[in-house]
Amino acid sequence: MMNYFSPFVLPFVLGTFVLLGICVFKYIRWYMSFDRVQRSKVKKNILSLKFLPAIWEAILECLFHRKVFRRNLVLGYMHSSIAFGWFLLILVGAIEAEVCIHGSKPFWVAIFYRFFVHEHPTTTSVVFANIMDALLLVVLSGVMLAVIKMVYSKIVGMRRVTKHVLFDRFAKFSLWFIFPLRLLAESYTAAYYGNGGFMTQALGNLFAPIYHEYVEMAFWTMYSICLAVFFVSMPFSRYMHIFTEVFLIFFRRMGVTEGDEKTGYTMYELSACSRCGICIDNCPMDKQLGVQGVQSVYLLRDVRYKRGTEEVANQCLMCQRCSSDCPVGLDLMTIRRQVRTKESALDASGNYSYADNIQAFNSVGRVLYFGGCMSHLTPGITESMIKIFEAVDQNYWYMDKNRTICCGRPLLQQGFLKQAKDLRLKNQSMIIKSKAKLLVTSCPICYQSFTKEYNLPIKVMHHTEYIAGLIKSGRLKLRKDDLKVVYHDPCELGRGCGIYNEPREVLKSVSTLVKAKYEKEKSLCCGFNLGSTVLTMEQQTKVRDAAVESLMDKNPDLIATACPMCKKAFNHATTLQVKDVAEIVAENII
Amino acid sequence: MSKIAIIGAGPAGIESASMLARSHEVLLFEKSSTALSNILDKAYLFPDFSSATDIADSLNSKLINENIKLMLNTEVVDIVRNDSEWKIVDKSGKNYFVDAVLITTGYQTFDATRKEELGYGIYKGVVTSIDMERMIKYNQIVNSINESPKRVVFLQCVGSRDEKSGNRYCSKVCCVTAVKQAIEVRKMLPDAEIYIFYMDLRMWGQHFEELYRESQEKYDIRYVRGRISEASSTFDRKIQIKAEDTLLGVPLKMTTDLLVLMVGMEASAGTKSLGCKCGIEGEYGFIKTATPHLCDNETSEKGLFVAGSCKRPMTINDVINDARSAACLISEYLR
Ligand SMILES: Cc1cc2nc3c(=O)[nH]c(=O)nc-3n(C[C@H](O)[C@H](O)[C@H](O)COP(=O)(O)OP(=O)(O)OC[C@H]3O[C@@H](n4cnc5c(N)ncnc54)[C@H](O)[C@@H]3O)c2cc1C
Ligand code: SF4
Ligand code: SF4
Ligand code: SF4
Ligand code: SF4
Repeated sequence: MMNYFSPFVLPFVLGTFVLLGICVFKYIRWYMSFDRVQRSKVKKNILSLKFLPAIWEAILECLFHRKVFRRNLVLGYMHSSIAFGWFLLILVGAIEAEVCIHGSKPFWVAIFYRFFVHEHPTTTSVVFANIMDALLLVVLSGVMLAVIKMVYSKIVGMRRVTKHVLFDRFAKFSLWFIFPLRLLAESYTAAYYGNGGFMTQALGNLFAPIYHEYVEMAFWTMYSICLAVFFVSMPFSRYMHIFTEVFLIFFRRMGVTEGDEKTGYTMYELSACSRCGICIDNCPMDKQLGVQGVQSVYLLRDVRYKRGTEEVANQCLMCQRCSSDCPVGLDLMTIRRQVRTKESALDASGNYSYADNIQAFNSVGRVLYFGGCMSHLTPGITESMIKIFEAVDQNYWYMDKNRTICCGRPLLQQGFLKQAKDLRLKNQSMIIKSKAKLLVTSCPICYQSFTKEYNLPIKVMHHTEYIAGLIKSGRLKLRKDDLKVVYHDPCELGRGCGIYNEPREVLKSVSTLVKAKYEKEKSLCCGFNLGSTVLTMEQQTKVRDAAVESLMDKNPDLIATACPMCKKAFNHATTLQVKDVAEIVAENII
Repeated sequence: MSKIAIIGAGPAGIESASMLARSHEVLLFEKSSTALSNILDKAYLFPDFSSATDIADSLNSKLINENIKLMLNTEVVDIVRNDSEWKIVDKSGKNYFVDAVLITTGYQTFDATRKEELGYGIYKGVVTSIDMERMIKYNQIVNSINESPKRVVFLQCVGSRDEKSGNRYCSKVCCVTAVKQAIEVRKMLPDAEIYIFYMDLRMWGQHFEELYRESQEKYDIRYVRGRISEASSTFDRKIQIKAEDTLLGVPLKMTTDLLVLMVGMEASAGTKSLGCKCGIEGEYGFIKTATPHLCDNETSEKGLFVAGSCKRPMTINDVINDARSAACLISEYLR
């Protein structure tokens, strides 16, 4: 057996063991602090086939970065050229070592292959050398883009790049240096042994006249040190995402979700954030208000390093734009809520004592209608719903007509978990006692709450879904007028619950629907979302005005929305009429 | 003889026109089909309950002057400086050339449908102070089912002093108008219960405080400090209001036959657009004068003057005084 040892491999070998050691330690520790529900999910599903699709997803997302590609081709190429390119470099290197070297060999040979193996060039070795060169070139091009992005982020379609902490920058530079150093080391060896591929050999030929053994050793040593530095800093820097995202994908497929409190699973999520900064670009806090350092990327970083503060967590509209943009699919809203969680007991129980006396109305055969507190401030919406129920002869019980109990979500968003739960339990028992089979609500906030935070045995619909159903089944006959209507997607209904089509279908049957500048997942927040209680009126109106402007793109006659909050917000911002989908429908009943 | 354009035939426009017409030629533009639309929609005026029609008549009589050319249905859409001359452009595209311009385009009331939680435009029992003036004028105070109301609730500061509607300022006239209307309602409906919900009562003018005291002592008007947060309809088509009594610190619910919204004064559409066009727009769309103390009728543009409620909320007697001072300054400017 040949001697595959040279002192320069030591930093790399050491670095690798440290990296693996720390990762294993962290991953086990995090798993141990999963909460009961999360752990039972893992136990239940670990042997099922549920996580098979996770393998494919991990390849698509962690290596290929599909979601980043969808956002911007150049950005996608940058991410996947480094990740996928490097992965292939390691994989093909290992195969090369396996194919070309018979007998046992230490694992680092694959990494420093050209240094150790340079006898008798064969067809196989030439082919491998060229493939490896091509892969290295791909990675280098990715690194180049990353460097350019640092000074000119528009090249990858981003307005702004993340402001990294010093340590992250250090790790980043060690990563960036790995590949040019590898190029230099391999070329230098090729200069003497002629074992390079198209790129390393070409560069090597330039080096040939000045070849010196010590210099070659120096390059390989630097390459090895650079790898080691990166490996050791990896578990403490943003690059921990490289492995963690894979685990996260598997856990997610097993049905694990974020809970009310920070657990080991949260640590997986926090560490899976690559701090790519995609969540900054469209955040209204940054784009419209110029407030920096509060976006999800920064919050996650702060929380991961145990510096998360409520002040930062509060500076957010909970518009969910970042969650829908995040290529890792992190549960950013729940994590933010965890930081907002208030220990102090806000005693709300007294406020709702009257609710104890509310009797559930036996509603067999009836639709349960829950306007929501916000809809009580927009009686045009609730009156229209009543008109619609009456037009289709639908018996209903207007559950919160006189005595409203909030669905609890606004409290939840502000971190008052216990108080929110009390409200949910009260509502839940009334809903169950009513024996109705269908609950219709006019407020997307309540809708999101009923569908995600409650555990209801009956079907829940937002009124736009309900009306769309009535139209489809022919129960509701409408006349179509020739108004040009633009639809604003409320954050809670669109990004929150994925309801984009029903409101549009309904509007198409009563009017001419025109497009807004930003639609569906990309729609802008109205600024008056209940997710924030600290924004000033000026800030809220700025966010709102940007949303209104995006709606004016095609000169509509009327703005339609499906949320009482958005309606109220827009009403003061434009001379155009602002109406809820339900109101437009009610006006056009034949 | 110099020529002056006055834009808006409200009290301000008419008063200044009548003064300037003594030695100048005046073109008085009015976009509606009558002059004084913001006076004729009222029944009686504070502080002394004079009839609005009488005041309008005496103002109108001042227009009988051969030097005043009143152009009704003529909306001014642009004012452009041409050296020392000014060009006035009306909606039909016609141009007029004058030596000085006075803007008196006035106010409009806050659109109460913008505060949807109060139910205006949705429930018949919710009306504005302007609707109330009409009811008083024709002696027809009725609720949503055309019956005489047993309870009437007035709500102050609708669309004024309200961050959400974007109007932080006080409209100045509505507090005393509520007191005035409440007294008039009492005279017509001796048995009704009458409430006024207020943030604080601003009885700043002459006789205002006396009127307020009289309303309590003589007319049994009840005052509740608190803002109404929402209105809804009951099964018998009354209006149910939710409020908080901020003196007692308790939430409060009440049903009423009529809810009267005391809508505030906003810059009129003409004030807003002409202010923008001439680069003299101030806060909330009102017109900005050169300085608040000493040059309150002048603007940053020479030869362009302003008077009346297009500057800020004002009562009629403030408006009249302001119009006269503008007329003096214009005469001086043209001399
Ligand atoms: C509810 C209410 C009750 C009130 N009650 C009293 C009261 O009892 N006593 C009292 O003293 N004051 C009262 N006021 C205040 C009073 O109405 C005003 O002070 C007065 O009307 C202001 O006069 P003005 O000439 O400045 O403006 P306005 O009366 O508003 O006149 C402006 C005129 O300009 C015209 N105009 C606007 N734009 C254009 C354009 N582009 N081209 C041509 N013409 C244009 C308008 O049509 C209008 O006729 C009350 C106000 C309100 C809201
Ligand atoms: S939260 Fe998502 S989008 Fe934001 S930096 Fe992290 S990974 Fe990127
Ligand atoms: S939820 Fe909206 S406001 Fe909050 S960080 Fe995300 S994008 Fe920004
Ligand atoms: S979410 Fe909003 S609208 Fe819905 S019940 Fe709660 S407070 Fe009311
Ligand atoms: S005058 Fe009175 S009612 Fe009107 S805005 Fe001022 S305080 Fe409110």
